[in-house]
Amino acid sequence: MAPPSGPAGAPSTLGQGAGTRAGVGDSPLRPDGTLKVTGEFAYSSDMWHEDMLWGCTLRSPHAHAEIVSLDTGEALRQAGVYAVLTHDDLPAAVKNYGLEIPDTPVLAHGRVRHHGEPVALVAADHPETARRAAAKIKVEYRELPVVHDEESATAPDAPLLHPGRDDHHAGHVPHPNIVHRQPIVRGDAAAAAGRADVVVTGEYEVGMQDQAFLGPESGLAVPAEDGGVDLFVATQWLHSDLRQIAPVLGLPEEKVRMTLSGVGGAFGGREDLSMQIHACLLALATGKPVKIVYNRFESFFGHVHRHPAKLRYEHGATRDGKLTHMRCRIVLDGGAYASASPAVVGNAASLSVGPYVVDDVEIEALALYTNNPPCGAMRGFGAVQACFAYEAQMDKLAAELGMDPVELRQRNAMAQGAVLPTGQAVDSPAPVAELLRRVKARPMPPEAQWETVGGAPDVRALPGGLSNTTHGEGVVRGVGYAVGIKNVGFSEGFDDYSTARVRLEVVGGEPVALVHTAMAEVGQGGITVHAQIARTELGVTQVTIQPADTRVGSAGSTSASRQTYVTGGAVQHVCALVREKVLERGRERLGTHHPAWATAELLLEGGKVVTDGGEVLASLADVLGEEPVEAEDEWRHRPTEAFDLRTGQGFGHVQYSFAAHRAVVEVDTELGLVKVVELACAQDVGKAMNPQAVVGQIQGGTVQGLGLAVLEEIVVDPGAKVRNPSFTDYLIPTLLDTPTIPVDVLELADAHAPYGLRGAGEAPTLSSTPAVLAAVRAATGRALPRVPVRPEHIVDV
Amino acid sequence: MQFLRPASWEDALAAKAEHPSAVPLAGGTDVMVEINFDHRRPTHLLDLSRIRELHEWETGGGTVRLGAAVPYSKIIDGLSRELPGLALASRTVGSPQIRNRGSVGGNLGAASPAGDAHPALLAAGAEVEAVSVRGTRSIPVEEFYTGVKRNALAEDELIRSVRIRKADGPQQFSKVGTRNAMVIAVCAFGIALHPSTRTVRAGIGSAAPTPLRARVAEDFLGAALEEGGLWSSGRTIPPAVAREFAELCSGACNPIDDVRGSAAYRRRAVGVMARRTLGWAWESYRATGNGSTTEGGAQCA
Amino acid sequence: MRVTFTVNGRRHEADDVWEGESLLYVLRERMGLPGSKNACEQGECGSCTVRLDGEPVCACLVAAGQAEGREVVTVEGLAAYARERDGTAGTGDLAPVQQAFLDAGAVQCGFCTPGLLVAADELIERTPEPSDADIREALSGNLCRCTGYEKIMDAVRLAAARSDAGGAREVV
Repeated sequence: MAPPSGPAGAPSTLGQGAGTRAGVGDSPLRPDGTLKVTGEFAYSSDMWHEDMLWGCTLRSPHAHAEIVSLDTGEALRQAGVYAVLTHDDLPAAVKNYGLEIPDTPVLAHGRVRHHGEPVALVAADHPETARRAAAKIKVEYRELPVVHDEESATAPDAPLLHPGRDDHHAGHVPHPNIVHRQPIVRGDAAAAAGRADVVVTGEYEVGMQDQAFLGPESGLAVPAEDGGVDLFVATQWLHSDLRQIAPVLGLPEEKVRMTLSGVGGAFGGREDLSMQIHACLLALATGKPVKIVYNRFESFFGHVHRHPAKLRYEHGATRDGKLTHMRCRIVLDGGAYASASPAVVGNAASLSVGPYVVDDVEIEALALYTNNPPCGAMRGFGAVQACFAYEAQMDKLAAELGMDPVELRQRNAMAQGAVLPTGQAVDSPAPVAELLRRVKARPMPPEAQWETVGGAPDVRALPGGLSNTTHGEGVVRGVGYAVGIKNVGFSEGFDDYSTARVRLEVVGGEPVALVHTAMAEVGQGGITVHAQIARTELGVTQVTIQPADTRVGSAGSTSASRQTYVTGGAVQHVCALVREKVLERGRERLGTHHPAWATAELLLEGGKVVTDGGEVLASLADVLGEEPVEAEDEWRHRPTEAFDLRTGQGFGHVQYSFAAHRAVVEVDTELGLVKVVELACAQDVGKAMNPQAVVGQIQGGTVQGLGLAVLEEIVVDPGAKVRNPSFTDYLIPTLLDTPTIPVDVLELADAHAPYGLRGAGEAPTLSSTPAVLAAVRAATGRALPRVPVRPEHIVDV
Repeated sequence: MQFLRPASWEDALAAKAEHPSAVPLAGGTDVMVEINFDHRRPTHLLDLSRIRELHEWETGGGTVRLGAAVPYSKIIDGLSRELPGLALASRTVGSPQIRNRGSVGGNLGAASPAGDAHPALLAAGAEVEAVSVRGTRSIPVEEFYTGVKRNALAEDELIRSVRIRKADGPQQFSKVGTRNAMVIAVCAFGIALHPSTRTVRAGIGSAAPTPLRARVAEDFLGAALEEGGLWSSGRTIPPAVAREFAELCSGACNPIDDVRGSAAYRRRAVGVMARRTLGWAWESYRATGNGSTTEGGAQCA
Repeated sequence: MRVTFTVNGRRHEADDVWEGESLLYVLRERMGLPGSKNACEQGECGSCTVRLDGEPVCACLVAAGQAEGREVVTVEGLAAYARERDGTAGTGDLAPVQQAFLDAGAVQCGFCTPGLLVAADELIERTPEPSDADIREALSGNLCRCTGYEKIMDAVRLAAARSDAGGAREVV
């Protein structure tokens, strides 16, 4: 077991910062909250600049086509048009980008590989002028056959999405249209299968979910006098963007200065670039500030989605409900470009067994290249798809064994010390059985809540809601359970670190801490937590959070449930460095005033230096004087290692996160409409850094899982065209689709993590979906192997 | 694009005559989406929001003359007694914000088969008052829908009002969408009992190229009610009759598979809605004492 | 074309407005009032909800020319609007519903927040003691992707309770 790195040990109940007001463990108000409720908070789409132009993107109407010719002449001649750019206008030798594999053209070069791929850019003085000009760009396409599933993509004569691949996965994949493949083999599944009294198999399917963040892709690029550019944008990881943007612009990174604008949600959808390079190209080409704002239609083409998946599972168990073995094959559709597919494959494979102990497994996960829309990061990241399937299997197995489904899960639940299929031991609390116990022990919500005293039924409480489809006819209640496991932080040997800069100074007689990181605040409340950490560690009340930008080192991505852990860890670590410097200065300046300076354990509390016995030695203002104390450093969690490409063995993940749900649904069994009545969750968060915010994360993740269960899917036809790129036909839950979500938060500390915390953002998105499906199955008796479940599936027509 | 802002109905008609390609704009809940998403660039937008009479209704006589631009929220608040089916349908339109802007005139003008008002209008009985500088004509709503998103208006005509028969008996409306609010109909169903004529009318939405009446089902049910003496007796409708009515309503559909639902599901759902809404409407008819309820509570089906 | 209307009690004018522009675009890009948000531009999310002559509407679906001469209230003017209505002049910079959203933790990314605040404020104005079902129906046109809505429900209940308590005090 690797030792904990940095100063973050097990949490203590006494010592530095214990009981600091608005510190760690409290729920202070968000520092950006007032701006957000008054409309003054500046999101990326709110950026405005004198003389700015509007950028517009021409996109491919085809899923796969050769670009025979491209004529921008007429578009350029339109009044009010300042620039029209195509692939030929790219200024540098680097013309592609990508998170891991740079396979994505900034603008299509000779060929488009998916519906909506960017082909050309226009900058004009009004968005309508830009749109009209884009419509005048003449592109002649010759359509090519599409590959849209495993069979068509891996056929011997399949058209290759990326011929001549030389990325680091190219050598080990069985077909060039497979981005990455990860097997995991442990024990002897074939032999173990012989010991099974019961074997269940199932084929499952997960549709393509969209992040559907509410703030569309947008930003403003302002050309600078030094030939560089200032970019104000909504993203999840400024430095990853920067690394991909600068080479395409032919600029050194220091000439591309990025500032995080307000981010209207992310959920993985802003991990890849969208309009960043385009806006910079237009700004540099025109010498004017350029703003790009996608509308909802374009947003559906502007970011990657959750990988749709086909999953085949086999589980065996003995008569007493002990799992003997598991075999699975998970095929993820990565679409036309790699994006985060390799990492999604790693997650799907390594978490495919779920939070259960199974010694003998054969696992294979892979991601395809197809002409479908590119897929990448979305909350849950490979673990969502697997959880839907293995939890359906657990219910199937319980039914086969005549056993209570919760009891079956509890009998096989992993606990601290359990060994995963990757060979990695889980070395922090894993209260899987307890989470299930808690959601099961909750009282059931009242029956028939639509009934009113002597009056007409309240349709708002019924399936169909306001549409008045039932007054109780055909409505059957069902209850379902699910539990999931998600890794936290970047895995497989990635150097996952964050940088913080903290300054402590006296302003107006008061000590003030200034915290600067490049962490993307996307709504999750990381900045609230950073301020709490600074208060706890430095004993101050006033904390200012600097805007996130590239003037400080990377904070890594706001994804993988990692920011509170990693950037929170960095802030804690750097605060400790500042604290040491403060005490050092105190000893230098005031050490002679009191012997305790030399002998006692000293803390910073209430704006003062105090001994661990509570004696006040000096105020921070006196210690600091006019000179601020500042520190900056990187902080890393303990290292992970890559999975073996053949066996999948390896210490791949730094931490695991667990959540369980109980879903209570009412289904109109004649119309196939679903009302989720209650979706109770229990989750271990290690330490609730901000109890209000963590409950908000759990509830939000829960509802995204509900959306995948019954509503949300980007429908792609066999020609690889997107059929519902709008909020009219891509439906996310409204308030009338959403149940009450009671949350039970456990705090079992992980000794390796800062404050004992456990990344919390994703786990609730996993188990919510299978819990809802289990409940719908219970109400209807149907197998329902696919999400989102549609009314057609429930009534079986 | 030009923005025409007539101050009076006469000016609006003159503008439409002069610019037949002008797109009438009231609540904007359809037209502005098409403009925002670059699906439509009309030569002229004809803003009707300033024309008072389009935002008013009259309830004299046997009909409600509903101004074309009266928003759905006003129908819910002010006309649920006279037009209960339409009020129920109105409550299912979009969101509260959309209901504050969208109107029956807009539903008719767009003539989408999925428009929520159509089944209720068909069931209640309604005529569209189409006006141009040439004069006024009254188009039965059944004849108004001529195809997918096509209607019977001449290019110089505007919708002044819809004359909808006041309810003379219970009405119901039901719509299937895959979300519990703010959803476009997968299919919809409206039913109106007309005790004064001892007839039943049924309207179906989003299950054929146009909204339509289920006439065979109506005739069957009308005859069954008459033969069984049910209008007078107020007895429960025999389950076999309700089933047959539902099947005939399903049979009236001519749906397609699309991203919102399959044809087979639409047929099935229309049948379920027909059976249920008939049950609710008939229960209400019995409860209000229109039939003689001599059987007391003994016949709960 | 030129459009002139009142926003948050102040007369605003914009020139060279393209006829296809929405009220939302004019507020955000021409009048320096970007508080109303552009999340879908098809009336399916409620993020751009404003009061138009008192009625909550999606500003993205109102043509700019239709707002001519009308009264618009946006999130930027909500506190002043609530102060005037509730007769609580000078008691804080936020409307009760704004404070309640902060206190209840109903704000995450905040992109849905301006529209929700305008809609929720109007709900409480119309229905001072809304039931949970009333809240769900009245706000069913406002999508939120972050919170799962639970804390939004808490916030509206809190705002209603506080308004109620405030009213009671005034009576006393």
